[in-house]
Amino acid sequence: MSETNPKFKVTIDGVEVEVDPGTTILNAARLIGGDVVPPAMCYYSSLQGSGGKCRTCLVEVSKGSEKDPRPMPKLVASCSTPIMDGMEVKNKSSEKVMDARAGVVEMLLINHPLDCPVCDQAGECHLQDLAYEHGKSTTRYEFERRTFDKVDIGEYIKLHMTRCILCYRCVYTANQLTDKREHGVLKRGDAAEIGTFIEKNLKNEFIGNVIDVCPVGALTDKTFRFRSRVWYTKPMDAHRDCKCCSGKAVVWMIGDEVARVTARKDQYGEVKEFICNECRFEKKDKSDWTIEGPRHIDRSSVISANHYEVEAPSHTPLLNKA
Amino acid sequence: MDRKLLLEHIGVEGIQTHDVYRKQGGYKAVEKALKSMSPDDIVEEVKKSGLRGRGGAGFPTGMKWSFIAKPEGVPRHLLCNADESEPGTFKDRYLMEKIPHLLIEGMILSSYALGCNQSYIYIRGEYMYVLQILEKAIAEAYANGWLGKNIKGSGFDLDLAVSTGAGAYICGEETALIESLEGKRGNPRIKPPFPAVKGLWGRPTVVNNVETIAAVVPIVNEGGDAYAQIGIGRSTGTKLISASGNINKPGVYEITMGITVEEFIYSDTYCGGMKNGKKLKACVPGGSSVPILPHYLVCKTAAGEDRLMSYESLSDGGFATGSMLGSGGFIVYDEDQCIVRNTWNFSRFYHHESCGQCSPCREGTGWMEKVLHRLEYGHGKMEDIDLLWDIQRKIEGNTICPLGDAAAWPVAAAIRHFREEFEWHVNEPKLCTTKNYGLVTEKKFEPVNA
Repeated sequence: MSETNPKFKVTIDGVEVEVDPGTTILNAARLIGGDVVPPAMCYYSSLQGSGGKCRTCLVEVSKGSEKDPRPMPKLVASCSTPIMDGMEVKNKSSEKVMDARAGVVEMLLINHPLDCPVCDQAGECHLQDLAYEHGKSTTRYEFERRTFDKVDIGEYIKLHMTRCILCYRCVYTANQLTDKREHGVLKRGDAAEIGTFIEKNLKNEFIGNVIDVCPVGALTDKTFRFRSRVWYTKPMDAHRDCKCCSGKAVVWMIGDEVARVTARKDQYGEVKEFICNECRFEKKDKSDWTIEGPRHIDRSSVISANHYEVEAPSHTPLLNKA
Repeated sequence: MDRKLLLEHIGVEGIQTHDVYRKQGGYKAVEKALKSMSPDDIVEEVKKSGLRGRGGAGFPTGMKWSFIAKPEGVPRHLLCNADESEPGTFKDRYLMEKIPHLLIEGMILSSYALGCNQSYIYIRGEYMYVLQILEKAIAEAYANGWLGKNIKGSGFDLDLAVSTGAGAYICGEETALIESLEGKRGNPRIKPPFPAVKGLWGRPTVVNNVETIAAVVPIVNEGGDAYAQIGIGRSTGTKLISASGNINKPGVYEITMGITVEEFIYSDTYCGGMKNGKKLKACVPGGSSVPILPHYLVCKTAAGEDRLMSYESLSDGGFATGSMLGSGGFIVYDEDQCIVRNTWNFSRFYHHESCGQCSPCREGTGWMEKVLHRLEYGHGKMEDIDLLWDIQRKIEGNTICPLGDAAAWPVAAAIRHFREEFEWHVNEPKLCTTKNYGLVTEKKFEPVNA
């Protein structure tokens, strides 16, 4: 910590960490890692403008800063609130936060179809994980859930709006890829839906990444739909020479067959290196890829249930606690 | 007691036109300001006047203006929020329709104070005919040299344009208004950064309500101190109140802050008492978002003092026994009305108007509406009342913009003060579908004047 670059001190659930000015509470918590990290359904580090919408990452700021120690009157979205020097944040240690979070999870689920048994995302769904941790096993919602027709977005992507939680991640992805605002949100309130304006196909060669950024099963890969449950496939790190992207991907194998290809996600489910449509949808032969070895999957994930890793790959946390 | 500052000349024939407005002393404030006042002088006068935002939140305008960032070489913008869509509020429409030049004069003064050379009036899409009135008035102002380059030889340039919304309540939220004005979907932005730092096209921006901007004209004319003399405590000046409901004379009234609520409802100068001699049951004093007050808390606070038409007195007692002045949409209910039906109606509005960006509001408003619909139409259960309470609690304070709070407060207040009415709907599932609660109950209201 050099003096030319002053660091801000922030305490989250009693754990202190020093971060650069301008860091958000969520990213500071991710530097600590573990239990203090609030869940995030809409924030995505590499997507400019994302965050603040799902409200699952709400935290309590019990001390504003060293200069102004007053607590913040409302819970704040940790993904979009920058830290101040001396800030004290309560996540899991605050009852208010846990109560609000349970409320948000309930809200997210009241219109969700809960069709996990037939949903391709099951097993790697953020909403599933969130509901498992914070949700209840029964619902108080006794009305008809909203439904939409399934829509094809281009040749390879299926949009099933009924499952969507309107995190806007795919909108930001498409906005950063295409220049004409072709993919966005139509209508408003609980009738709002993701749509390609006037049923336009998105022809960008990176558009397949909307599948990876989708936290739920609203956007799925048509080349993989209904082929297998993810936990029956074996994820392998693989790469190929690609003119278009880095070519670094994860291939999900059933026996010797490549069932699907995704980008590599970190422990928060975020892709750092996006892959192109060709790698994702068209290279479905084992000979297309150089297999590096098994993909590290968190032990708590259902995907790691049926296979053991040959060797533990280097999967370093963002900051090693000294 | 009844000073008219904004609506003084409202009755003059042809006040909509520039020439008549000018004859009545219009644009005098602009002349005075451009000749003898610096921009900072105006900000100072507004600060002294104690003027508070008239759109609902009541934030001190002078302070808001002093927050605007002034980086070198970056243009600043003033936006007038004429997206008045709160149920029960119609004062801005009246003002713009009847005396459009007052708003334009206020815009010139405020833009001058803030150093803006391009200002906008954002008007709601449903006010199409008001848009035509405003555009005509702006054209007249250009023709007479009040707008454009080098206004009256002062060296100050100002262009003023009107932009319309497309019928979304949410675009009255200042950052959603900015998004909409930029041509995007009207979703509120996440704050910080606040518009004073990064607003329209990333430039420092101030968004003010129509009435706030119009009030700058008398402040410049008479001075901030004189304006601060009117009113009571920190509620200075006059306020336009849109009175509606079961009263004899609904309409827009300019009141001096600090008159009693009792006078406002029962005096012939204002609402003229309850219609058909009915008894007062409840009152929403500040537009549909604010908590409803039961009859025993309308004219008196919980402490037994007279309730006044002011920011402080109406919110006396917090949400437990008070409400808010809000935007001044004063809705009065007589004994025949059904609070459950009214709450459902408000809830339906917020459900329809939620932008759908953040989860608690998107899902919660629809849920509340459905539960209230069920209660109103005789399919409710006793647990529904607690369920409603829980839903509103989960929405309030957890959303990006205040629409979530605005949807939660009326439901919370209705349950807090009129719980027996909700219970009656559950106990009388057949009767409640055919008759209003107020019409069938023998409940007697204490006369308010006693």
